[in-house]
Amino acid sequence: MEQLFLFLDNNLILIYLLIFTVILGFEVISKVPTVLHTPLMSGANAISGVVIIGAILLIRNASSTDYFSLSLGALGVVLGMINVVGGFAVTNRMLKMFSKKKK
Amino acid sequence: MLITAINLIYLLGATSFVIGLKQMSSPDTARKGNALATFGMGVAILATLFIPIIDAPNNYLWIFGAMIVGGIIGYISAIKIEMTAMPQMVSVFNGLGGACAVVLAFTELAQYADGNTILNSGQLLILLITLLIGAIAFTGSMLAYAKLQGLLKDSQVTFPKHNIVNIILLGALLAMSGYVYLSMNDPSLLYIVLLMVLALIYGFSFVAPIGGADMPVVISLLNAFTGLSAAAAGLIYENKIMLVGGILVGSAGIILTVLMCKAMNRSLLNVLIGGFGENNHTATDNGDKQLAKEITYTDLAIQLYYSESVLIVPGYGLAVAQAQKVVKRLDNLLSANGVDVKYAIHPVAGRMPGHMNVLLAEADVPYPKLLDMEDANEAMSNTDMVLVIGANDVVNPAAYDDPASPVYGMPVINVWEAKNVVVMKRSMSPGYAGIQNQLFFHHKTKMLFGDAKTTLEQLNDEVKTLDA
Repeated sequence: MEQLFLFLDNNLILIYLLIFTVILGFEVISKVPTVLHTPLMSGANAISGVVIIGAILLIRNASSTDYFSLSLGALGVVLGMINVVGGFAVTNRMLKMFSKKKK
Repeated sequence: MLITAINLIYLLGATSFVIGLKQMSSPDTARKGNALATFGMGVAILATLFIPIIDAPNNYLWIFGAMIVGGIIGYISAIKIEMTAMPQMVSVFNGLGGACAVVLAFTELAQYADGNTILNSGQLLILLITLLIGAIAFTGSMLAYAKLQGLLKDSQVTFPKHNIVNIILLGALLAMSGYVYLSMNDPSLLYIVLLMVLALIYGFSFVAPIGGADMPVVISLLNAFTGLSAAAAGLIYENKIMLVGGILVGSAGIILTVLMCKAMNRSLLNVLIGGFGENNHTATDNGDKQLAKEITYTDLAIQLYYSESVLIVPGYGLAVAQAQKVVKRLDNLLSANGVDVKYAIHPVAGRMPGHMNVLLAEADVPYPKLLDMEDANEAMSNTDMVLVIGANDVVNPAAYDDPASPVYGMPVINVWEAKNVVVMKRSMSPGYAGIQNQLFFHHKTKMLFGDAKTTLEQLNDEVKTLDA
C-alpha cells in the first residue's frame, strides 16, 4: 500500500496529464459529422503511429553488437513508419476529395 | 539547453496532435488538421532522433535504413490503394502500429528475461499491457482487413459457441499474464513468448464472430487499442508525446466507436457479441411465397429519362463494383435531359461512415447533389424514381415495422415513399446483415439483377439511344 502511495506521489503530474488527455480526446471528437468518421479514424490511426518513437529510442539505446534488439527495433521502426506515413498520406487523399468538390 | 529545446518540440508536437484532431472533425478545416498532425509527428520524430542520451550508441544507420524502408512502403501503399479499399488499408496500417508496440514490448521483456535489464514491478506490468493490447490490435486488424477484402468469410473463422471460446481465451490470457507478472523474480522467455502467441490468437478470435457490416466499428475500436498500447509504451520510455498521442487516440477512438454504433442504432456490446444476422429466420419466413418483379434495361432507361427527379441510393455493391464513375456518367446523361439527379447517402452506406461520400467525390459528383438521410427522406414523396444501387440493409422497411428483425430501429432511407423504386442488385440473396428485404417485394419495386458496373454500363447505352 505504501508503495502505491509513493508511486502516486512520484507520478502525480503524469497522472494529471493522463486524465486530462482522456477528457480532451472525448471533447475533441464528440461533435463530428458522419461523413468525417472515416477520415478522422484514419487520421487518429496515423497519430497512434507515435509508438515509432519508442522503437527509435530502443535502437538508440541498444548496444551496437546487440543484434537481437537492433533487428527487432528496426522491424518496429519499419512497422511504425508504415503506420505513420501511410496513415497520414491516406487521410490526406481522402480529405483532398472533400475539398475538391466544394469548388 | 538542448534537452529543454527538445522538450519544447515535444510540447509543440503534442499540441499539434490535439489541434489537428480537432480541426479534422470539421469539413472546412479537416485537411489543415491532417497537415498539422503530420507536422507534429514529423517534429516529434526528428526530436527523438537527436534527443541527447548519455553514452547512447545511437546506431543511426539502423534507424535511417528502417525509416526509409517503412516510409517508402507506407507512402506507396497509401497512394496506390483504390478508394474502395480504403477501409481495409486503414485497418492494415493500424495493425502494423499495434505490431510495432508488440515488437517493442517483446524486445524489452526478452532483454529482461535474459537478465540484461532490470524492471520494477510497475514497468513489468506496463510492458505486459503493451504486449497484450498491441497483439490484439495487430491480429484483430489483420483479420478485419481479410474480411473486408473478401479473403475470408465470417463462417470460415468462427466455431459454434464462439463467444464462449472467446471468454475462455480471455480468461486464459489474463491468468497467464498474472502468472508472468507474479513470477517476475524468475522471468522465463518461454512464458513471454507463449503469452504473446496467446494474445495474438485472442485478437484473431475476438474479431472473428463480428459481422462484416460491423467491421468499421471494430477497426475504430482496435485503433483505440493501438493508441492505448502506444501510450503504455510511452510510460516505459517516460516519453510524454507517446503518452499524449496514444491516450488521445485511445479516448478519441473509443468515442468515435460509440458514435459509429449510434449511427447504426446498435450498442457496442451488441456489435462485439456479433449477433447480427443470426436469428432472423422467423422474421421473413413468408418471403418465399412472394415474387419480385424484374424490369428490362429499355423500360428502366425510358423511365429514368422522362422522370423529373431521380434519387440514387448507393451501397456497398456500387463500391465493390467500382461503379462510381459509371454512375456519374448516368447522372450526366440524365441531367443533360433536365432530370434532377440527387444522391441519398445513408450514414453507414458502404463499409464505413463517409465511405460513399469519398467514392462519389472521387467520381466528381458535386457536393450539393449529396443528400444526407434526413433530407433524402423529406424529399422522398416528391421523387419520381429511386434507383437503389447495391444497397440493401439501409433501405429495409423492416427497420420500421418488424420488431423481430435485427435492423429494427435502425434509421433507414424510406425509398418506398417515392413513386417508383428500382433496385439494382447482384441477386436476390440477402444483404450483408444476412436478412431478407421486404422492399424487393413491394408493389412499387422492380428489380434489375447483375453486377452494378455492367448493368449501369448497359443502362447508359440504352439511355444514349434515347438521346440520339
